[in-house]
Amino acid sequence: MIRLEKRPQPSRLMSALTPVLAVVLTMVVGGMLFWALGANPFEAIRTLFWDPLFHPQFAAYSRPQLLVKAAPLILIAIGLSIGFRAGIWNIGAEGQYIMGAICGAAAGLAFYPSDSVLIFPLMILAGALGGWAWGMIPALLKTKLGTNEILVSLMLVYVAETILGSVATGLLRNPEGMGFPGSRNFKQWEAAHNAEIFAGTGTHWGVVAALIAVIFAYVLLSRHMLGYQVRLTGEAPRAARLAGVNPARMILFCLGLSGALAGMAGLFEVTGPAGQVTIDFGSGYGFTAIIVAFLGRLNPIGILLAGLLMALTYIGGELAQLMLGLPAAAIQLFQGMLLFFLLAMDVFTNFRIRLSQKAAA
Amino acid sequence: MKRRTLLQTGAAALTLATFGGTAALAESHGPVTAGFIFVGPIGDGGWTYEHNQGRVHAEEHFGDKLKTIYQESVPEGADAERAITQMALSGADIIFTTSFGYMDQTLAVASKFPDVKFEHATGFKKAENVGVYSARFYEGRAIQGTIAGRMTKSNKVGYIASYPIPEVIRGINSAYIHAKKVNPDVEFKIIWAYTWFDPAKEADAAKALIEQGCDVILQHTDSTAPQAAAQEAGDVITFGQASDMAEFGPMPRVSSIIDNWGPYYIERIQAVMDGTWESDDTWDGIGAGMVGIGDISSAVPEDVKAEALAMKDQIAAGDYHPFTGPLKKADGSDWLAEGETADDGTLLGMNFYVEGIDAEIPQ
Repeated sequence: MIRLEKRPQPSRLMSALTPVLAVVLTMVVGGMLFWALGANPFEAIRTLFWDPLFHPQFAAYSRPQLLVKAAPLILIAIGLSIGFRAGIWNIGAEGQYIMGAICGAAAGLAFYPSDSVLIFPLMILAGALGGWAWGMIPALLKTKLGTNEILVSLMLVYVAETILGSVATGLLRNPEGMGFPGSRNFKQWEAAHNAEIFAGTGTHWGVVAALIAVIFAYVLLSRHMLGYQVRLTGEAPRAARLAGVNPARMILFCLGLSGALAGMAGLFEVTGPAGQVTIDFGSGYGFTAIIVAFLGRLNPIGILLAGLLMALTYIGGELAQLMLGLPAAAIQLFQGMLLFFLLAMDVFTNFRIRLSQKAAA
Repeated sequence: MKRRTLLQTGAAALTLATFGGTAALAESHGPVTAGFIFVGPIGDGGWTYEHNQGRVHAEEHFGDKLKTIYQESVPEGADAERAITQMALSGADIIFTTSFGYMDQTLAVASKFPDVKFEHATGFKKAENVGVYSARFYEGRAIQGTIAGRMTKSNKVGYIASYPIPEVIRGINSAYIHAKKVNPDVEFKIIWAYTWFDPAKEADAAKALIEQGCDVILQHTDSTAPQAAAQEAGDVITFGQASDMAEFGPMPRVSSIIDNWGPYYIERIQAVMDGTWESDDTWDGIGAGMVGIGDISSAVPEDVKAEALAMKDQIAAGDYHPFTGPLKKADGSDWLAEGETADDGTLLGMNFYVEGIDAEIPQ
């Protein structure tokens, strides 16, 4: 008989080991999937994980792209992880990301074509504020009316997408765009362009912000009173209340912070890699960041690594499509498997397997 | 050779291989490589399916002389630029980017790869190595509108629109003008799906329109979900979009607009092989065979079918332009005088409805 026995305390070893095990299992099962599709499984896995970093023809381009792809994921996931630690579930980062991009872009475009050096900082501020305000809606509704922040924040994603469609075809539309939807292209406006800081490295300001956020979150959670309160609220809500933590303030802090970080991520994306506010600007970073947050065990350093890994599967997935002709759906399946195995392996963090001779009496 | 110089030479060769790789490849390799960037999955049954058919035709036509690569479901945003760049890096000689939303990205990548040719579908920005191509789908919409106007009993025609861009607005106007011509009581109900391909959203839109009493559903989205929804509702007719969608005939699908990209792709790839490729602007319709009208099914009465086919012949011969005056804009201002036809510039940037469409273009 195989039995699962609850551990008295979650295993620290397994907690660190499960992400690695999940990646290995994903490789094995994913390899079988690619094999079934007629590709060489070893070549497919190599294309996914190795080629973006070391392929002679692509790597010079795709290595910097890893940072470009990982930065928004990490920035958003850091904000989410602090809320998740406190048991506050912001599922609507995608909406906050979109609103940050819209508000930041609008603040900048209001001064077009100014070339002041203050334009870009102003846009970052407006982007963070936009995301913060969008995160405040579920926060205030929860503290004042007791609504569920999971539902409210998720629903607000659809509202944000509709607003995005509206401003891209109306308010922010490029007046010189011949009636086509989409704002001015920020890449063609020096003062507002989130350009690479060092050419050819992919490091734009969003990458810098993501790294700062990682350090900030690390210090907050391990060294600061507020971080302690966040952890306490999540692990023992009643104890937290007895210790004098104000739950309403905790909700406002967590949703506001994650909203602001998501908003900044949106602003860096719209002024950098994306270049303009378009109808389909929202590309799912806000949702993928949830996976990144959990894959990184809600730990800042873990999230940094998980974000890079996720970016690797994206870029490797594109190369696999290009070079091996694998269908896009197979790549998405592969990414989904990663989260699935991670959650499945989580069982071993909280339980241990017991092989017993006789069935339990 | 000293070790140090050897290393330096090696490094230089490596740099050359990385950055100059495409240029070197373009001159030395045997078969030409054509790349395709698709907005949906190749099995969408509509827009991307037909572009992929074009790719397959080109492959069959050229055999060993051509190698094709493609990437499907590429989002229209920052990811597109990377996808196109990687394709150029992989040694493609010509890259077709097959959706409107790839416009700025195509130009950005093209400026970094002057030796690679780019062809952007349905856009309007050109460069030395970027050509644009599209089809005059509005010619097909005119025939569709005629059949819709004749066939509707409730006088309500539903239209599932994708994005409020000129191409889509042009289609709505053309269909409306011709439905109105044969049935003055007809009205159009338009739903904006804000997607090119999302079966669930498209099905919802179709159901909502049917509930509002529409018995004809026109679509400018790429999946067959609206066809299935109409089939389920019964007594509602539809038209295949981009692809024939014949599996839904004879009801609900009564006809279709078929995109035929194969000949164009073959022509442009041939030009690359011959070294005669030049950036240009192609906008062909029924006459040139880029737009096809699918078989009109038995659900359509003979006289309506004859009327539709007569219009098709007239358009093909160049005797009739679907946008012929007198026409007014929705705001009541004059647009085209009696007998005047629309110029391509106005059509390409069309951002207004014609008079009679009781709706607002989303802003």
